[in-house]
Amino acid sequence: MKVSENWLREWVELDATTDEVAHQLIMAGTELDGIDPVASAFTDVRVGQIKSIEQHPDADRLRVCQVNIGSDELLQIVTNATVVLEQKVPVAMIGAILPSADANEKPLKIKKGKLRGVLSQGMFCGSETLGMGEAGEGLLPIPDSAELGKNLREVLDLDDVVLDLDATPNRADLLCVAGVARELGVIMQAPVTEVSVKAASLDHEQSFPVKITADDLCQRYVGRIINNLDVKAKTPDWIVEKLQRSGIRSLGPVVDITNYVMLELGQPMHGFDFDKLSGGIDVRNAVEGEKLTLLDGKEILLSADTMVIADEEKALALAGIMGGEDSSVTDDTQNIYLESAYFVPEKIMGKSRKYGLHTDSSHRFERGVSPDLQVKAIERASELITEICGGEVGPFNDVSTRDDLQQRDAVHFERRRIKRHLGIEIDDTRVEDILTRLGCNVETTENGWNITPPVFRFDLATPEDFVEEVARIYGYDNIPARLRPMEPRIARKEETLVDENTLRNILVNRGYQEAITYSFVPPEVESLLSPDQEQIALSNPISEELSIMRSTLWSGLIPALDKNVKRQQPRVRFFETGLSFLKTSEGLTQRKKLAGAITGNVYSEQWNAESRSVDFFDLKGDVEALLEEATGQTFEFVKSDHSALHPGQSTNIISDNQVVGVCGALHPAVEKKLDLDQQVFVFELDMDNISHKKLPEYTKLSPYPSVRRDLALLVNKDVEYSTIAKVLNSLNIQQIVDSFVFDVYSGENVDSGQKSLALGLIFQDFSRTLEEQEISAHVEKIMEALNNHTGAVLR
Amino acid sequence: MDKLTELMQQAQQQLDAATNLTELDDVRVHYLGKKGLITGQLKQLGQLPAEQRREAGQEINKAKQALSELINTKKESLEVEALNQRLQNESLDISLPGRKMGEGSLHPVTRTAKRIEEIFMQLGFGVEVGPEIEDDYHNFTALNIPDHHPSRASHDTFYFGDGTLLRTHTSPVQIRTMENQEPPLRIIAPGRVYRCDSDVTHSPMFHQVEGLMVDKDVTFSDLKGILEAFFKAFFEVEDLPTRFRPHYFPFTEPSAETDIQCVLCQGKGCRVCGNTGWIEVMGCGMVNPEVFRHVGIDPEVYTGFAFGFGIDRLAMLRYGIDDLRKLFDNDVRFLKQFA
Repeated sequence: MKVSENWLREWVELDATTDEVAHQLIMAGTELDGIDPVASAFTDVRVGQIKSIEQHPDADRLRVCQVNIGSDELLQIVTNATVVLEQKVPVAMIGAILPSADANEKPLKIKKGKLRGVLSQGMFCGSETLGMGEAGEGLLPIPDSAELGKNLREVLDLDDVVLDLDATPNRADLLCVAGVARELGVIMQAPVTEVSVKAASLDHEQSFPVKITADDLCQRYVGRIINNLDVKAKTPDWIVEKLQRSGIRSLGPVVDITNYVMLELGQPMHGFDFDKLSGGIDVRNAVEGEKLTLLDGKEILLSADTMVIADEEKALALAGIMGGEDSSVTDDTQNIYLESAYFVPEKIMGKSRKYGLHTDSSHRFERGVSPDLQVKAIERASELITEICGGEVGPFNDVSTRDDLQQRDAVHFERRRIKRHLGIEIDDTRVEDILTRLGCNVETTENGWNITPPVFRFDLATPEDFVEEVARIYGYDNIPARLRPMEPRIARKEETLVDENTLRNILVNRGYQEAITYSFVPPEVESLLSPDQEQIALSNPISEELSIMRSTLWSGLIPALDKNVKRQQPRVRFFETGLSFLKTSEGLTQRKKLAGAITGNVYSEQWNAESRSVDFFDLKGDVEALLEEATGQTFEFVKSDHSALHPGQSTNIISDNQVVGVCGALHPAVEKKLDLDQQVFVFELDMDNISHKKLPEYTKLSPYPSVRRDLALLVNKDVEYSTIAKVLNSLNIQQIVDSFVFDVYSGENVDSGQKSLALGLIFQDFSRTLEEQEISAHVEKIMEALNNHTGAVLR
Repeated sequence: MDKLTELMQQAQQQLDAATNLTELDDVRVHYLGKKGLITGQLKQLGQLPAEQRREAGQEINKAKQALSELINTKKESLEVEALNQRLQNESLDISLPGRKMGEGSLHPVTRTAKRIEEIFMQLGFGVEVGPEIEDDYHNFTALNIPDHHPSRASHDTFYFGDGTLLRTHTSPVQIRTMENQEPPLRIIAPGRVYRCDSDVTHSPMFHQVEGLMVDKDVTFSDLKGILEAFFKAFFEVEDLPTRFRPHYFPFTEPSAETDIQCVLCQGKGCRVCGNTGWIEVMGCGMVNPEVFRHVGIDPEVYTGFAFGFGIDRLAMLRYGIDDLRKLFDNDVRFLKQFA
């Protein structure tokens, strides 16, 4: 809520600067979104009146005015502004200082001077120049009542700031001047003036029947007829100005006054054109499908859970949210019906949102308007209306559905709770003083107090609520910070768990950048990368581009990679960790993945490293480096049929008969559809499935020498190395301690349907030096098995 | 014996002329080899009269030894020379850069999250995680935020058709932890959170850390102590001023928002802190008994505090990043700065 500081000071006597007041509010829990002066810090601008206007002899756009500024002599001022005779204008006198809106610019100092040869003794000021409006708004309008020669700051009460208060949702009582003044009174221990409201003297006996059908939603309804008022009367400047400082436009006296009372006391009100109402007021739930055209001209379709203010025939207004157009006050209105009601906050919550309407009224009713305000507000409004618009006041109806509406239950608050929650003791007298000043009724008991909160404090009902109130006013700053002695606890860290940070570091050390992409991705990217997945769509996405939950981290990584390539970064190596979201037969799964995408040169460009693009085996090497962390697990690489991957350059990673990951080149058709400029290689691993490693177990080293045998095998091209390795393993020769491929060759001297695989075998025995013939026997056995299973022969 | 002297002189000349080990060895063979000239002198001793043989033999042996020493000395010097030559040949422009993969880097948010975890682990806090697609109960109801409550308005929630939602904060992890573990509890829960809001200062996805401590005697004073200690450790500013302002969260009471003195201007006022000298970094408070009741913890036995703050915000303050959107733009030129 925006509110003028001067207005607040009318209600609470504060011996403190604006900054001090702001600080106290902040430290008591009300944030300030801004402290904005209502005008710039200009000096010596006075009220003048134009007495004559003549064309400047040498300039088409300039006029020469004689201006009365309340003294005997007229001032001559040259201007390019559009002015009329007798107009009241703000005049910057010679010597006046007008600060620029831009703090870096020097303020303008008004000097006597000549404009194109004609003497000018001052300047007329535009709204913008005075820090009171935007460029192009022209001269600041001056009320006719303003006395000539008077300082503008005084005339318009400009030594004021607007405090933009951001009360927390539990503090409905702070949504009005009276409430903020009361709060300041408590926290700054300052005297607060209560607005005294006189009961109106009645001019007639006419009233209008009120029925509350929806008695669980509306618990009090106060209404009154005011006849024969002048709705075209002008709202006084002091009201217009206060509304404006609170960000509310003047719309005519009846609306202005109800708005003013809302700002002042916190009670939203509504004025109906009485002659448009028939029979009586019924506060009821809407009939499903009932229509209502609101004040803003929109017709809405009501549902049965929505409360309306109706008459005998039809819905008139959306209760607590907005009035209806048909029954609104217009220029032709002669008689009005004023409404001041109490709606139960829990029952009205969410209704304005449902209809896409958020109004000053709904904002207050949802948070809680005190049920003791209705009569006070209607009397206050009646008083202002008759003062401004005249009219004849009738008696008010006051219909309540509960007798105990204004009563609050006492809460037993034990003293020990203060220490228990805050860690400190606070003197009983201090506690009682705080609670009393907050408006509570405090009764001492043996171990604490019985506290009855004031009716306007909807947020005070439990002992903890009072702990908070005491702490808040006592000051959080006054509660010492204690670094408590902690019971030692050794964080559980299993040595056999693969640490996520280790995996990240492996990739970082292999030249990867960690990316963080959005979890929601474009549907078309998902369709390309996971065509068989049922997409998980947000109901209310930010945009179509961010509407589908990723089933694979690639959906974010690949576009991110491509964006970099298109930004002249041809070498990109990305990885990311995070959840992927899948609909499976067991329902939604959210699994933690580690994924990567690489493109461009294998090394960053440098003088002495091979310059070639990354390929499948660079990617696989990175993946294997990650899998090596999960010692004790065996991983099998099996050709993948993933539709987004190159069928000849992709592999599923299998452990324990489960696919735990996949890696490979992106399918060229997918690359084309994604408009990628370079070949991209990707991997994705399921982190929970590679999270276990073996505790290392020592085995003795053999003291005997090892022997190496190299076998150059000729096999058909389609024989996979993994088949050869399997055959070798199946022989279970204990004396082979290591085996590896050290060359793969096809080309000259090798038949075109074949390839040559060079296999290195290391033999060693634990108890003796191996004999030549033992090794030859092994080789023979190996070659026989390989030949049987794969057709391999020695080259 | 002129012959021997002559041979020695010749040998000396050839020694001097030798420029490498091969030439030197040729000299050795030429004079001292089996068929060498000086060795040959020894063989000719037999032709001398017997009484001269001994002396002549001694002379020859002396010369042989002398030459041998000369050769060794020369050999050593040639070896040193050769090594020097080799070292010179092998010397590199060591100013050229080494061969490398190209630098990798952790994302600044991960860096920051790790730092946060490390600090809290020193205080005995464990790390918990939870699902990102959440149900209404864990994200709102169990946290004492009923349907339509005005405080839900600040949680611009992404929904799915079945009524589930993307968690708007990491607080549901605090509920799940209390559902599954018995107090005393000390946990933090970092992770992604989502709000339906996107502009210069809001990203629809960002990161939070939730913290929770539950024990029989946890107080607001402890909350202040631990969190002040955390911020000092995180920013490495021993006397970093903090302030706790009353606030409202449905799941804590008393509730507070925490400001730290602006780490960029040291409280003098700058663009980042909006000239206030303070930066809001965290929401916190004592766990509301309603929340304890939802998870079956007796609020008359236990008290606790909870807190939550933005990892992205701390990363931005720590590394001087001025635009939140940069964090999720994944520009490699940006990411490489955090190597």
